[in-house]
Amino acid sequence: MQKVYTKIESIAGNVITVKAAGVRNSDLAVVTSSHGESLANVIKLAGETVSLQVFSGARGISTGDHVRFLGYPMRISYTEDLLGRVFTGSGKPRDNGPELTDNLIEIGGPAVNPAKRIIPRNMIRTGLPMIDVFNTLVESQKLPIFSVSGEPYNEVLARIAMQAEVDLIILGGMGLKYDDYLFFKETLEKSGAMSRTIFFVHTASDPTVECLLVPDISLAVAERFALDGKKVLVLLTDMTNFADAMKEIAITMEQVPSNRGYPGDLYSSLAARYEKAVDFEGAGSVTILAVTTMPGDDVTHPVPDNTGYITEGQYYLKNSRIEPFGSLSRLKQQVNKDTRDDHRALMDGMIKLYASYKESLEKKSMGFQMSEWDDKLLKYGELFESKLMELSVNIPLEEALDLGWEILADCFEPKETGIRSELVLKHWPDAAS
Amino acid sequence: MVKNSGRVTGVNGNMVTVAFDGNVSQNEVGYILLGNQRLKSEVIRISGSIASLQVFEMTGGITVGDQVEFTGQMLSVELGPGLLTQIYDGLQNPLPELASQCGFFLQRGVYLKPIPDNSWDFTPVAKVGDTLYPADTLGTVPEGIFTHRIMVPFDFAATGWKVESIKGPGTYHVRDEIAVLSDPKGNKRSVSMVFSWPIKRPITHYAERLRPTEPLVTKVRIIDTFLPVAKGGTYCIPGPFGAGKTVLQHMTSRNADVDIVIIAACGERAGEVVETLKEFPELIDPRTGKTLMERTIIICNTSSMPVAAREASVYTAVTIAEYYRQMGLHILLLADSTSRWAQAMREMSGRLEEIPGEEAFPAYLESVIASFYERAGIVRLRDGSKGSVTIGGTVSPAGGNFEEPVTQATLKVVGAFHGLSRERSDARKYPAVHPLDSWSKYSSVIDVNKVSYARDILFAGHEVSQMMKVVGEEGTSLDDYVVYLKSELIDSVYLQQNSFDPVDFAAPIDRQQLVFDVLFKVLGSELRIEDKKAARAFMNEARQKFIDWNNTAREDERFALYQQEIESLVAERFVAYERRAAKILQVK
Repeated sequence: MQKVYTKIESIAGNVITVKAAGVRNSDLAVVTSSHGESLANVIKLAGETVSLQVFSGARGISTGDHVRFLGYPMRISYTEDLLGRVFTGSGKPRDNGPELTDNLIEIGGPAVNPAKRIIPRNMIRTGLPMIDVFNTLVESQKLPIFSVSGEPYNEVLARIAMQAEVDLIILGGMGLKYDDYLFFKETLEKSGAMSRTIFFVHTASDPTVECLLVPDISLAVAERFALDGKKVLVLLTDMTNFADAMKEIAITMEQVPSNRGYPGDLYSSLAARYEKAVDFEGAGSVTILAVTTMPGDDVTHPVPDNTGYITEGQYYLKNSRIEPFGSLSRLKQQVNKDTRDDHRALMDGMIKLYASYKESLEKKSMGFQMSEWDDKLLKYGELFESKLMELSVNIPLEEALDLGWEILADCFEPKETGIRSELVLKHWPDAAS
Repeated sequence: MVKNSGRVTGVNGNMVTVAFDGNVSQNEVGYILLGNQRLKSEVIRISGSIASLQVFEMTGGITVGDQVEFTGQMLSVELGPGLLTQIYDGLQNPLPELASQCGFFLQRGVYLKPIPDNSWDFTPVAKVGDTLYPADTLGTVPEGIFTHRIMVPFDFAATGWKVESIKGPGTYHVRDEIAVLSDPKGNKRSVSMVFSWPIKRPITHYAERLRPTEPLVTKVRIIDTFLPVAKGGTYCIPGPFGAGKTVLQHMTSRNADVDIVIIAACGERAGEVVETLKEFPELIDPRTGKTLMERTIIICNTSSMPVAAREASVYTAVTIAEYYRQMGLHILLLADSTSRWAQAMREMSGRLEEIPGEEAFPAYLESVIASFYERAGIVRLRDGSKGSVTIGGTVSPAGGNFEEPVTQATLKVVGAFHGLSRERSDARKYPAVHPLDSWSKYSSVIDVNKVSYARDILFAGHEVSQMMKVVGEEGTSLDDYVVYLKSELIDSVYLQQNSFDPVDFAAPIDRQQLVFDVLFKVLGSELRIEDKKAARAFMNEARQKFIDWNNTAREDERFALYQQEIESLVAERFVAYERRAAKILQVK
């Protein structure tokens, strides 16, 4: 299996082909060129012709370079030594620490049997009312933050990471700006969370293929820690870069593109990663919080679109706020029945009123006369935005709910809220009624 | 029998090319031998001596030269007693058994017996000497709440088969011989309770197909009243993500007035299946007093499971549905989501390097979708009983745009269209079915005239609201404004339904009729209203009372009270019935 092939047949993009026999699909190889060694993996077999994607890029590779097949697929060491370390997408240290070779595990393993999953039941508190009250984050959930470039999505991610009660944080960075990478590192170091964090970082200047490996390698490690009883939070930023890397390889491989150049299996490929979020019965869990930047603020772009169909909701980040419209946590119903009896009704009622506020705002901007009802809505909308929506607000759920009732009582009569009478009776602040 | 074999010549994603000798047929199942693993795959193209196979497993580790074994069989499912309550993957592999054998993960190459090895109390119906045709009943076994017919296997030749021998009443193992049949030429064949049938071939062993007219009650008000579904009909639910497709399907699967519900979770989230898995065994079906699980079969090929099996899963589901239909039962098949199935076809088509159609979907997309939905239908069986398969499929259009190929191909063949709207779901108006854009060709459970009256108010109210955006509230006449408020009232107290409220989540027909009648009084009345402020106050109060009423159980003493309150609220301001409403109600 250690035979060396010295004739590279073709080089296109980051994909090379060699003629070789007995090679298995997905196996690794080492390509040795004058620029050093790089790993590569088999992505297609056609008769004798083997196609490989070269992790560090095919730039500078010559037709006479050496290819040596290793006979095993991509692996990563799984030990406690990973904690506090920083690696590249192909699992090499990027923090001057030693390379880890113990207890190697394969990445991109099989899916979890649905019959072995359990219904998620633990809320993850974040201190952001827009999340805790309106779209609760749940352990083992997979949730992206949809954002336009320029929004503080990495800040939100870092804040949730630090406040969330989890055992382990794995950060998978894809196409991360170097500054952002340093930001994460500094923030986590400052808060003392670095010792329970593992970084797999591909920065914007690293070779594309390594970007493709980041989610798999992060999730493979997360899964193992979860099986060993740890609550793991995986942060993936930014999945759009991952999809673009996939597009690049697919086009190089001359696959028929489906939508805006993305390969037809975009949905399945994203799903295979996101579905690694799981709560193991009798062991730990994997929660995935990802960032998907929307090119041109277009949610119908294939990447956010496919992502939305896979994940259990999404948070829209717009104008440095988590928008109530479009943001959704599909699992919130699993946990918000046990928080407080008014949680659900208040959540729905306040959003309905906020939607009416938006309509009144539109009317106002068109110069129509405002009715009494409109004035009430306008007042409500402003209070809602400043007291609950701002990212700087950091209060526990119960306080946020009380605040919600106060805002309602400030603006409306009970029967105008559309909330069930018995709840109104119980929670309506006395001072205002 | 000597099986054909071949060798792998190439691997591309989940497609493998194989050089074979002998004969290989299209859609035949082959196994790739990988060490001691056998990976199931299906022939999807043959060209010369090279067959292209889609592999139902991950293809890592396959080498050129690996051996392939062809079975000579098309992809089939096992049919027999014991299917109910099962949870299968797309290839009818029982997932709980797989879990107890392999643990947390889906190990590839493990295929278990779909029908559990149980024994059943058999009661013969046919006698020795009877002549039976395929799908005629040999005997019955009790399966949960149903009488499961043991039938002459459907794949037997369509001639009269003479019963040579049949077992008497007693308990037999599911795979034991229970009868011997002989064809007119005297060839004898042994029959057990189990047989198999290729999933891509419809089961057509009935006397005639009927027109779907009987309503299928879902207990969702907007559907039953405004956009009804019929037993044996088809409907589709397209909608952008987050609009509530799955919650709607989930509600339907709990409440639908059918005998058996088959849930095909096709390429969707695993978590959603888990909810069904864990909840249904706990929930009691009011119709039967047994748990919901006893009438449910789940075919589950979630998004991270291999893509090729996803394509098979909808066919597996519909084949099992057709099998139970042959017993005179009514089956509802919920497929979530057919877009994922179409995408699986697209992925394969791409690997085969076929010329792509619109959005790279294959050119045969429409015909494949049409022939799938056409497997629904209500039929009269040869013994006179009726059975039906109703198919409800969700569609996940890219970007929420209904102009895309899968939605359009589906709309051509279904009988009802429940389009979900982003606008409505953003405003938390659930179920977010758009009342004006959606349509149904089936008949409602409520008087057609009343429904169309209410629908007209919805249309008119919508127009007024559009106009108000231009001229403002002050530029709108009081009459128009009242129409607008009436349309809002229908929306908030009737179209919207709280699927998480213990009472409101299921509205039985009699309740729908009662609430609709009271609502109709408000809609059809001319009311004495001084100004817009009074109008809004009145409607707010009415809305509040209706919502309280909707959330109150029938047994609750307050139920009648709320009704009275609403009625007296209307009576206070009642002037007369509007002309068209008076005509419908046949009052002056």
